[in-house]
Amino acid sequence: MTEPNAAAIVPQRDTREERRRALLWQIVDDYSLIGIFVVLFVVLSATVRYFFSWDNVVGLALSVSQIGMVACTMMFCLASRDFDLSVGSTVAFAGVLCAIVSNATGSVAIGIAVSLAAGALVGFVNGAVIAKLKINALITTLATMEIVRGLAFIASHGQAVGVTNESFFALGSAEFIGLPVPVWVTLACFVVFGVLLNKTAYGRNTLAIGGNPDAARLAGVAVDRVRIAIFLIQGLIAALAGVILASRITSGQPNAGEGFELNVISACVLGGVSLMGGRASISGVLVGVLIMGTVQNAMSLMNIDTFYQYLVRGGILLVAVLVDQLKNRRQSR
Amino acid sequence: MTTSGSPRLEFRHIGKTFPGVRALGDVGFQVRAGSVHGLLGENGAGKSTMMKILGGEYVPDEGEVAIDGQVQHFRSAADAIAAGVAVIHQELQYVPELSVMENLLLGRLPTRFGFVDRRRALAWTRERLDALGVDLDPRARLKQLSIGQRQMVEIVKAILRDATILALDEPTSSLSHRETDVLFRLVRDLRAQGKAMIYISHRLDEIFELCDAATIFRDGRKVADFDALEGVTRDMLVQRMVGREIGDIFGYTPRTQGDVRLSVKGVAGRAVPLPVSFDVRAGEIVGFFGLVGAGRSEIMRVIYGADRRTSGEVLVDGKPIRPSHVRDAIRHGLVFCPEDRKEEGIIGVRSVSENINISARRNHLVAGLFVNDRNEARTADTYIDRLRIRTPHRRQEIRLLSGGNQQKAVLSRWLAEKDLRVLIVDEPTRGIDVGAKNEIYNVLYELAGRGVAVVMISSELPEVLGVSDRVVTMCRGRITAQFDRASATEENVLAAALPEGAGSTAIRNA
Repeated sequence: MTEPNAAAIVPQRDTREERRRALLWQIVDDYSLIGIFVVLFVVLSATVRYFFSWDNVVGLALSVSQIGMVACTMMFCLASRDFDLSVGSTVAFAGVLCAIVSNATGSVAIGIAVSLAAGALVGFVNGAVIAKLKINALITTLATMEIVRGLAFIASHGQAVGVTNESFFALGSAEFIGLPVPVWVTLACFVVFGVLLNKTAYGRNTLAIGGNPDAARLAGVAVDRVRIAIFLIQGLIAALAGVILASRITSGQPNAGEGFELNVISACVLGGVSLMGGRASISGVLVGVLIMGTVQNAMSLMNIDTFYQYLVRGGILLVAVLVDQLKNRRQSR
Repeated sequence: MTTSGSPRLEFRHIGKTFPGVRALGDVGFQVRAGSVHGLLGENGAGKSTMMKILGGEYVPDEGEVAIDGQVQHFRSAADAIAAGVAVIHQELQYVPELSVMENLLLGRLPTRFGFVDRRRALAWTRERLDALGVDLDPRARLKQLSIGQRQMVEIVKAILRDATILALDEPTSSLSHRETDVLFRLVRDLRAQGKAMIYISHRLDEIFELCDAATIFRDGRKVADFDALEGVTRDMLVQRMVGREIGDIFGYTPRTQGDVRLSVKGVAGRAVPLPVSFDVRAGEIVGFFGLVGAGRSEIMRVIYGADRRTSGEVLVDGKPIRPSHVRDAIRHGLVFCPEDRKEEGIIGVRSVSENINISARRNHLVAGLFVNDRNEARTADTYIDRLRIRTPHRRQEIRLLSGGNQQKAVLSRWLAEKDLRVLIVDEPTRGIDVGAKNEIYNVLYELAGRGVAVVMISSELPEVLGVSDRVVTMCRGRITAQFDRASATEENVLAAALPEGAGSTAIRNA
C-alpha cells in the first residue's frame, strides 16, 4: 500500500483535539482560493483606478460570462478524468450557424434552436467515440476541434456573418435587474451545475468515474452513459455560449473562440479541479473564472499591453498548479 | 542462527504524526547484522510507515534511525539508498516495458561509443543472476514476468546496489509456493552474507520459518520484542498483535441451507473458454480453490458481467441475468467484490460514505434525481459501526484507510443493497490482518445466515477449508472436484486443484 495506513490507527474517541486540527486544515484548504480572490479584489480596488466601480465590475462579469458557462461543463468533463478541446470550435460554429439560420428563416428562435442542437450533436459524437470506441479524449476532441472549426469556415465562406434581425442582439446586451442577460445565464449555469455536481447521482457518479473508472463500473455506475451525457451537455452549453457571443458581437464569426478551450481549462484547474479526476468544486471553478477575469480586467485598466497578459495568465496557472501539487503532497504524507 | 553481533540498524524513539492521526509513537527496535527480523502487526499498526521512514520517504517527527551506531538523517529515498538501505514495498517500482537487464542496470547501462553495449550488459546480468541462483531471462520484459519474478528482480536490484540493510514488505502475498521457496532461499543466503533484514508478513508460518527475532506493533506502538523465537507460539504472537484472544479465527458454525439461489449453466468467456456449471444454495458458503490462473476469478467476473459472457446462463432465483451487464446483475441481487481492491474495488479519492453508498443510493433518490444525504450518512455510519470500519469519520477519503478497512467498506457497499441474494467475493482477506479477517468471515456468516448465497474465492487453503460449507476446486479453466465440508481435507482439495503430473513438492509446501 502506498498510502500511509494511518487514518485507521488511532481509535476515534480520544483524538478530538487532533481531529479538530485536521478539520481546520481542511477548511483552510477548501476556502484558501476564495481568500486569495478576496485579497486580490481588495488590493486591486485600492490600487487600480476605475477598478472598483459598478460599471467595471459588470463589464468584468460580462467578459468572463462565456468562459464561465463552459467552465461549468468542463468541470464535469475534467472531474470524470476526460478532456474536451472542441469547445472553442463549437462556440464559433454555433455562432455562425445561428446567424445563417436566423437570416434564412427570419426567426431567431429557430436559429438558436438549430445551433444548440448542433452543439449537442458535436458533444454526443465526442462522448460516443470516447466512451464506446474507447478512443482517448484528447485525440478525439482534437479531431472534432479541427472538424468543427472547418465546418464553421465552410458554412460562413470564411466571412463574418452579420445578423439582420435586430431582436437577436438583445440576447447579448439587454439588461435584467441591472445585469446583462449573459451574466444571468452564466449565474444560472453555476447554480444548475453546482446542484448537479453536489446533489445528484449524476454528479456523484461523474466524480466516481474520475476517481476510478473500473471500480465505478463494477459498482454499478453506468459509466458509458454518464460520459456521453457529460460531453453532450458540454456541447450544448458551448453552443449556447457561441450564440450569446455572436449576439454580443452582432455577427457569427468563424474564427471566434480561438484558444477558448484552453482558457476554460485553465480556469477550472485554477479553481482546483484535478486533472486526475475525482475532485472538483463549483465554488472553486467560479473563483477560478473570476481570478482569470479580474487579472485581465485590471491589466487592461492599467494599460498593460495584451502581449504581456499572456505571460501573466500562464504564470498564474503555473502557480495554481504548483499550489495544488503542494497541497496534495501534504495530504498524502 | 546468529544471536550475537552488534545492531546494524537501530530505530530510536520514532514518532510520526499525519494530519489528524498519530501513526507511530515512541517506537524503537534493533536489527542485528546477519539476521532476519520479523515485523508483525495488524494493518494500520504502523509497519509500513516505519518502512517508509527507513526508506527515506517519510521524515520522522521524533526519534532517529541509526546504522552501525551512526545517526542517519534521510531526507529522500536517495539518501537511504546511499546509506545501503533497500526497502522493497508491496507495490514494486519497475519499468514494465524494459527488460530484466535494463531494469537492473537502469541509469548505469554500460555504453560503447555512446550507445548501449548490450552484449556486455547481457553477460554482466547473466553472471550476477547465476551467482545469486536466480533463474530469470535477462532479456524478458518485466511485464511478461509473473509478479513473483518481478519481485525477484526488485530484490536482485537491491543486492546489486550493495544494500546492507534490506526490508521486505509482505513479499510473498502474491507469490506461488515455488516462488516463495526461491525467495526464502535468497533471504537465507543474504543472511549468511551478513545482511540485516526486516521481514514483514501476515503469515505467521513464514515468520517462524525465516526469522531470528521479531517485533510486534499495535496501534502505532511497539507491544512486544522477541530476541529469539524459540519457545514462542503462534497464539502468543496473535494475541499480542490483536490485543485480545482470538480463539478459532474462522469461527465456523453450521447453518441451514435453502433452495438453489445461484445457478450457473455452461458459462464461458474469453479468458475461460470452457463452459462452467455450478449451483449455490441460499445460506451456503462455497469456497473456490485453485492455483493462480485456474480461472476462478475469470469465471466469476463473467458471471457478474464485468467481463463478456460468450455463452451460458446465469440464474438468480430462477431469473436469468443479462450477459455482460453489471447493473442487471446488481438489480437481481448478484454482487461481486473484486480481487484487486485498489484498482477495481475502491474509489480512492472519494469518501468512505461515497464508496458505501455508490450503488444502493439509486433506491433512495429524491424525485429520482437528488441524493438523499441524510439517508446516506445514516447508512454509512451504520456500516462503519457494524463492521467496525476504523476511520476518523465517514467523509475521510477511503485511500487513507488500511486495506482491511477498505475491504469492509466495499463489503458494506453490497450489504447496503436492500435485496442482496448472491455475494461473490474474490480473495476477500488478501493482505489483511488476522483481526480484520475474522471480522470479514463473520460478515460472510451473517449474510449466509440471512439466506444469501456466498461464493468465496481464496488461495489460502486453511481459509477455504475453515469458512466454506462446500469446496469447489478449479484447475486450468474447469471445475475438477467438489467436496462437502466433512470430506474436504488439505490433501484431497490440493490434489484436485493441482494439474495432473504436478510434482509432490507443491503439496509439501502448501
